[in-house]
Amino acid sequence: MRLPPLLRLSPKWAPYVFISPFLILFGVFGVFPLCFSLYLAFQSWEPTGGLRAMEYVGLANFAFALKDDWFWMSLRNTLWLAIASGVPQHLVALPLAAFIHAAFKRLRDGVIAVYFLPYITSTVAIAIMFYSLFSQDYGMINAALAQWFGLPHTDWLTSAAHIKPAIAFIVFWRYVGFNTVLYLAAMQTIPGELYEAATLDGASRLRQFLHITLPGIRPMIFFGVTLSVIGGLQLFEEPFILTGGKGGPQQAAMTSAVYLFREAFDFNDFGGASAMSWLLFLVVALLTWITNLAFRTRRGAA
Amino acid sequence: MSGAAGLPASVGKAGVGARAARWTAYAIVGVGALFMLAPFWFMFVFATHSRSEIFNLPPPLWFGDDLAANFRLLTERIPFWRNLGWSLYVALMSTALTLLFCSMAGYAFALMEFRFKKALFGLVMATMLLPSFMNMIPMFMIMDALGWIDQQRALYVPGAASAFGIFLMRQFAQSSVPRELVESARMDGCGEFSIYWRIVLPLMKPALGTLALITFITSWNNFINPLIVMRSLPNYTLPLALRSLQSTLNTEWGALMCGSAIATIPLIVLFAITSRQLIAGLTAGAVK
Repeated sequence: MRLPPLLRLSPKWAPYVFISPFLILFGVFGVFPLCFSLYLAFQSWEPTGGLRAMEYVGLANFAFALKDDWFWMSLRNTLWLAIASGVPQHLVALPLAAFIHAAFKRLRDGVIAVYFLPYITSTVAIAIMFYSLFSQDYGMINAALAQWFGLPHTDWLTSAAHIKPAIAFIVFWRYVGFNTVLYLAAMQTIPGELYEAATLDGASRLRQFLHITLPGIRPMIFFGVTLSVIGGLQLFEEPFILTGGKGGPQQAAMTSAVYLFREAFDFNDFGGASAMSWLLFLVVALLTWITNLAFRTRRGAA
Repeated sequence: MSGAAGLPASVGKAGVGARAARWTAYAIVGVGALFMLAPFWFMFVFATHSRSEIFNLPPPLWFGDDLAANFRLLTERIPFWRNLGWSLYVALMSTALTLLFCSMAGYAFALMEFRFKKALFGLVMATMLLPSFMNMIPMFMIMDALGWIDQQRALYVPGAASAFGIFLMRQFAQSSVPRELVESARMDGCGEFSIYWRIVLPLMKPALGTLALITFITSWNNFINPLIVMRSLPNYTLPLALRSLQSTLNTEWGALMCGSAIATIPLIVLFAITSRQLIAGLTAGAVK
């Protein structure tokens, strides 16, 4: 089918036509919101007053955030959860990937799918699932702990001391498979001859893992840890749903992202919440940079 | 056998130690797999028990016979089919728009020359690293300004500008759409749209499939965007509707589990069929 010349797209303009739908959306829903949020961080504004109620307040929002106890507490909660869920993810995913890589061939895809399943399941379904499993008097987890280890029932979701480990566990459970898949993909690129030679030299399996596997997948470890840092610091859905959107007993599970949400939508302080989001962005950038640095210096030393 | 990590490549050469090591690996990986599946098992089991049975000691481990009652309760508490329909509608619209826009732009970024190409692509990629909470507040305000609050288009339109989608499409177009093919078609007088529609798109099918899966699942599971923009229960997508059940004082756990199970089953089926492709796509950024 030939279009009339007027409707035919000239090769010169074609790329612009092809990218414009994407770029328009990207501008409206990607770039503009960012700029607007930066602008908002310097304004005092309650949405109920309409756009006219906006007032320039300089750095007051940032000053408020830095003096706000809840801001710091939520940041500590976030870091706690990021470390308690992130570190075990990698410590388990690394040997797990090694085991799958070594022992599974025909069943490999099935095994990977099982470990990956939590990652593609909706957080709401997961949170609802674990909400009942963690229930104090009748939850499966307490029942199992009592049955097998004789432990007393723990108030996982209703005490400030226990809700963080419970949430960290859920996050760990959800993402450990994703990391395993990353490491498995990297292990498949290590040449088998390296292991054969090491075996001939009498190197133990542990030594092979430490001296061949780990250095071989180092870039992937860096990538996986970076994703965990970025993802852990924006943790929102699990704590939000498990605490009914409030942050839990004594706000012990209120992460920075949950606090941000509450500051804006519960307390109607959009300017303050925007300022906090930029402060948190700096924290994320800083920690990502430190991760990068840690990996680089150790490579230099090795 | 090659590339055994952690265990020696000579596992196959018998040896009691090697066999023991192999069985240890089976046992550890197997127990771990049960650990991953157990919560799903309980979700399905609890979906068939009444609230009082779920909170028995010991809790039920096998299916009961209250599935129908739970489902009835679920449909009484929330407009379940409507919510399910909205979830499906939003996920399909989101997938269609994302595929169209990202494939067009990805093709242009991979195989065409235009001004500011590198800078634009860099900008798009940079936003992929931005934490999602940066978007929360301005997104609400834009939707408010557009009058899109409580409307489904607020859920599927913004997502179509997916940085990940562009990345995937560009990578794939670069590696599997031959530049010469496009150029010779142009020489033969083929219009730009027909080049895209009849030559490029068919060649991109595998990547389009992957992007479709990822977009559909992401939209189906999405919680935070509906939370920010949707206001009324009849307009909710399923995850939000299910959560609204939980916030009432006497949570009907059986019904809630039933709803969660129904929301999860399509994903499990989809995943069972496509796990290879899906996992490869989701980790594409890492491997390349």
